[in-house]
Amino acid sequence: MASSPLCLLLFFFSLFFGHGFVPLEASHKVFLHLQNQSPSSLKTHQPYRTGYHFQPPKNWMNGPMIYKGLYHFFYQYNPKGAVWGNIVWAHSTSTDLVNWTPHKHAISPSQPADINGCWSGSTTILPDGKPVILYTGIDPQNNQVQNMAVPKNLSDPFLLEWTKLPQNPLMEPTSTNNINASSFRDPTTAWKGADGRWRTIVGSKVNRKGIAILYRSKDFIHWTKAQHPLHSAKKTGMWECPDFYPVAINGLNGVDTSSIGKNLKYVLKLSLDDTKHDYYTVGSYNRVKDSYVPDKGSVDNDSGLRYDYGKFYASKTFFDDAKKRRILWGWINESSSVEHDIEKGWSGVQAIPRNVLLDKSGKQLLQWPIKEIEKLRANAVHVSSRQLKGGSMVEVTGVTASQADVEVSFKISDFKKAEALDPSWSNPQLLCSQKGASVKGGLGPFGLKVLASKGMEEYTAVFFRVFKGQTKYEVLMCSDQSRSSLDNDNDKTTYGAFLDVDPVHEKLSLRSLIDHSIVESFGGGGKVCITARVYPTLAIDGEAHLYGFNKGTESVEITTLSAWSMKKAKIN
Amino acid sequence: MRSSIFLVFVMCLSLTQIQISMADLVDDTCKQTPNNDLCVSTLHADPRSATADVAGLAIIVVDAIKAKATATVAQINTLLGSSPDPKTKNGLDSCLKKYSNAILNADIPSALEALQKNNPKFAEQGTNDAANEANSCERSFAGGASPISSFNKSVTDLSNVASAIIKLLL
Repeated sequence: MASSPLCLLLFFFSLFFGHGFVPLEASHKVFLHLQNQSPSSLKTHQPYRTGYHFQPPKNWMNGPMIYKGLYHFFYQYNPKGAVWGNIVWAHSTSTDLVNWTPHKHAISPSQPADINGCWSGSTTILPDGKPVILYTGIDPQNNQVQNMAVPKNLSDPFLLEWTKLPQNPLMEPTSTNNINASSFRDPTTAWKGADGRWRTIVGSKVNRKGIAILYRSKDFIHWTKAQHPLHSAKKTGMWECPDFYPVAINGLNGVDTSSIGKNLKYVLKLSLDDTKHDYYTVGSYNRVKDSYVPDKGSVDNDSGLRYDYGKFYASKTFFDDAKKRRILWGWINESSSVEHDIEKGWSGVQAIPRNVLLDKSGKQLLQWPIKEIEKLRANAVHVSSRQLKGGSMVEVTGVTASQADVEVSFKISDFKKAEALDPSWSNPQLLCSQKGASVKGGLGPFGLKVLASKGMEEYTAVFFRVFKGQTKYEVLMCSDQSRSSLDNDNDKTTYGAFLDVDPVHEKLSLRSLIDHSIVESFGGGGKVCITARVYPTLAIDGEAHLYGFNKGTESVEITTLSAWSMKKAKIN
Repeated sequence: MRSSIFLVFVMCLSLTQIQISMADLVDDTCKQTPNNDLCVSTLHADPRSATADVAGLAIIVVDAIKAKATATVAQINTLLGSSPDPKTKNGLDSCLKKYSNAILNADIPSALEALQKNNPKFAEQGTNDAANEANSCERSFAGGASPISSFNKSVTDLSNVASAIIKLLL
């Protein structure tokens, strides 16, 4: 682990402090200050390194695990290179989930039960406030087993040292329990039942049926496998990083993982090994049978609801007891080639932590970036009540377009130009790929073009298209990366999802968090989230621009647009 | 006396059955890849395929990618040593980085560790990237005059076979 953190600072001074929202010929002088204090381990010019997203100074990261209080973030890390391998638990702490202090590795291979790897797991806070970690270890035979570690010194607020139980492994495949030793990993945060016993689930599969193996324990050390899994689903493949937690119906707050009550629904989220998507269902938890049942109408596979319709995997929530909220972390890997990753010296970032609530419909979750991230906002630009005619584009100036936060709200008054939605167009990602930002439409595409070069050779477009469906108007939200970079060595797949908002009675809102090589977008106040990784070659740092655009026929109104530069967070 | 001859006969029959099953696994697996013939010939060339499970078969193909990539690096170095013209040299330099740094030093070791420890999606990531690097290398010769097309094609084809086998493990 690098002992001297990389400090690459970019200062952007705009001398043009006029109206922040100008038609296309905006011109402002730019001062670019490049201050490099890096050690020799990373190359000097780092145009893709994020300013306010969590990432280690170098090498590979994935798979979050958290303990709150002083916020702790444990993550899967490869200290030896920018690809997966040699996995250990790295560790950082924070008081605000925005600025972080790195510490030494928390868990590395040291006993037979984890000698070949310390993989994902979760932390559970016991009733006395003590945190314990359950995690997957790879044993000498390369079997997947579950182990436990506890803080060595509870009075150390940073919890730097962890002691592994000599009894490890606590859960393992045996000749009698029929557990697949090559598919048994990622124990969840445990919850306590009404009978006082702890429960945890571990991801697994039997052939192509994904299962959440259930274990129970009285003392957190001796675990007994339940006869039936908590839940399973056919043809979904291996279930990784399962996450099981209650949410309050019509709640404005998160609830503790062990909560019991009437006004609760449950969420079971799985990371699908096969498709690399995190999907979830909302349902009920039968405490007598210890089983989870998704609500009627749920799609219990990869075609169902996802936390994020772009890049977002191995995610995990935790209950923030201090602020009574449930927070979601997600791992965003690179869309660049490994050769590029090796050149830049790092791979993987975390999404901005998201607050998770049950939507008032009770049918899906809402996610929104934690409020703390707003402390990085500066140089606010506000616009209201502005018509965006069909075929027009306007530049948003006065903010650092490569490191920004933008919120925009659109209102549609006239729907007659909306194209009909062909009933066969059921795959939103495919639809967005075929009807990208450069394809003219009736009502849309309209939205934002971010990380755009001045001549528009490169841009990432996040936008809406409104269609006339059978019974109502349908809103498609897309994140189009097809023109994001002139470098063809990157994955420029386009993402999309239908947004459950009624454009006749509601405004269409969009927020994008832009940070050099990551664009995290939130539609409808967090009903649809799409995260993308992009690597422009021209639209870098001071050469990046931000536009609002409308390539539809019909005019739309920007009711409000707010944009901010985002200051750099202290991550390492 | 007769019973022992009978016993020997039965044992021979059983052993033949086992061998047929393993050959079936190679056939069944290769049918699910985009290049059945390449898959079968690569696996049969390695004695480990007689007793390997699907993860083991994937490891054999990853080893074959490694061998081909190593040969490609040797060829690149040979060509670099023969005073190539600037356009070719640029392409070769770019390819050397892709093959040495990415494929041999990162993708292959990562894929092998992932297969040995049963976390197949990281193996898939490695073999997918190997195919992408080979493709990117092929495109890096200005004017499309790549002197190592056959090497790039082999690496790409083997990587696609490996990725398809690994997908069966997810």
